[in-house]
Amino acid sequence: MKLKKITIASGKGGTGKTTIAVNLAMSIDNAMLIDCDVEGPNSHIFFKEPMIKLKDVSIPAPVFDLDICTLCEKCADFCQYNAISILGEKLLFFEELCHGCGGCKIICPVNAITEKDHHIGIIEKGGNKKLAIYHGLLNIGEPFGVPIIRELKGFADDSKTTIFDSPPGTACPAVEAIRDSDYCILVTEPTPFGLHDLTLSVDVVREIGTPFGVVINRDGIGDDRVEKYCKEQNIPLLAKIPNDINIARLYSKGIPIVEGMPEYKTMFAGIYKSIMELI
Amino acid sequence: MKIAITAKGDNLEAEVDPIFGRCQYFIIVDSETMEFEALINDSASAMGGAGPQAVQFISKHGAEAIITGNLGPNASQAVNAAGIKAFTGAGGTSVREALEQQKNGKLQESNSATVGSHAGMR
Repeated sequence: MKLKKITIASGKGGTGKTTIAVNLAMSIDNAMLIDCDVEGPNSHIFFKEPMIKLKDVSIPAPVFDLDICTLCEKCADFCQYNAISILGEKLLFFEELCHGCGGCKIICPVNAITEKDHHIGIIEKGGNKKLAIYHGLLNIGEPFGVPIIRELKGFADDSKTTIFDSPPGTACPAVEAIRDSDYCILVTEPTPFGLHDLTLSVDVVREIGTPFGVVINRDGIGDDRVEKYCKEQNIPLLAKIPNDINIARLYSKGIPIVEGMPEYKTMFAGIYKSIMELI
Repeated sequence: MKIAITAKGDNLEAEVDPIFGRCQYFIIVDSETMEFEALINDSASAMGGAGPQAVQFISKHGAEAIITGNLGPNASQAVNAAGIKAFTGAGGTSVREALEQQKNGKLQESNSATVGSHAGMR
């Protein structure tokens, strides 16, 4: 099986997704990095080079011609997000509820709906000759970042191994970041919170059907319940990253672990190797 | 006047549900005759936009006013568009008592939202 796309995800925020994504990408040959956390990307902090805007991202938003509209309510019934309400003689459109699927325009029997672009964010590129990084920025106040993640995924270069840094959680944005990947690494902490949110992620990744394994970060804090859980569930434990004060020191200065402590390169490259052997 | 009251049960003795869009029931009462019908609120599990959807629903059932605890921004916009009067601040009483409160002018008539978005998510 091919191993071209690896997504780093976790149910819990702050477990070290970005740390692992950046250091893994820096430890394997011919890689690139796509940060899918469009609500708060921070992989670029580990690069000295500035991020440069590549393009705008928009979704189609409906525009209603009320002279043509017969208030038949077909569009309002169709909209799963209730962005359209017909109330008596009035049509209300709630732009912030619209996911831009375009279904209302298709379903309108009298062609009263056209579409305009609704700007939701941008995509930027940065990094260097050795490692390119792409990320997206969702406009403040916009509720729905999935269209940006979808476009970001399109920048994955088939001749390279792409590491995707997923947004935290188990909702639509994380699902979009994991979908289409060849492998998913779930990052967790060996704590009760870490374990709880790991089990949620495991349910989601199993549903998607992506092969996956676990990396325990800050090993040494908490207890051994995460390890026991992985064993019981037959989930491969790919690596344990120690709770090392030197890692925290480097992190606070925006220095990747493998740059400040090259001895860790073997461990990160080892994660990739283990996955290759597993799939 | 036909009034829709958000409720946790299906009769006039049920407790008022202070949440609007995701309340459990709407009790639609004719305030003159006290005849009522209880409707299960399907919007309670909507993926989004529960407020406006609930307004469409009660508007179709002829409601001219609502009594509830709080109204979010989208629901408030929808009741205004539908020409429905909104009385807020109810809660902790039965539906029957809330109707009394409204009759005696003890509930606030609100033309704008009383809480922020998603206040009723639970």
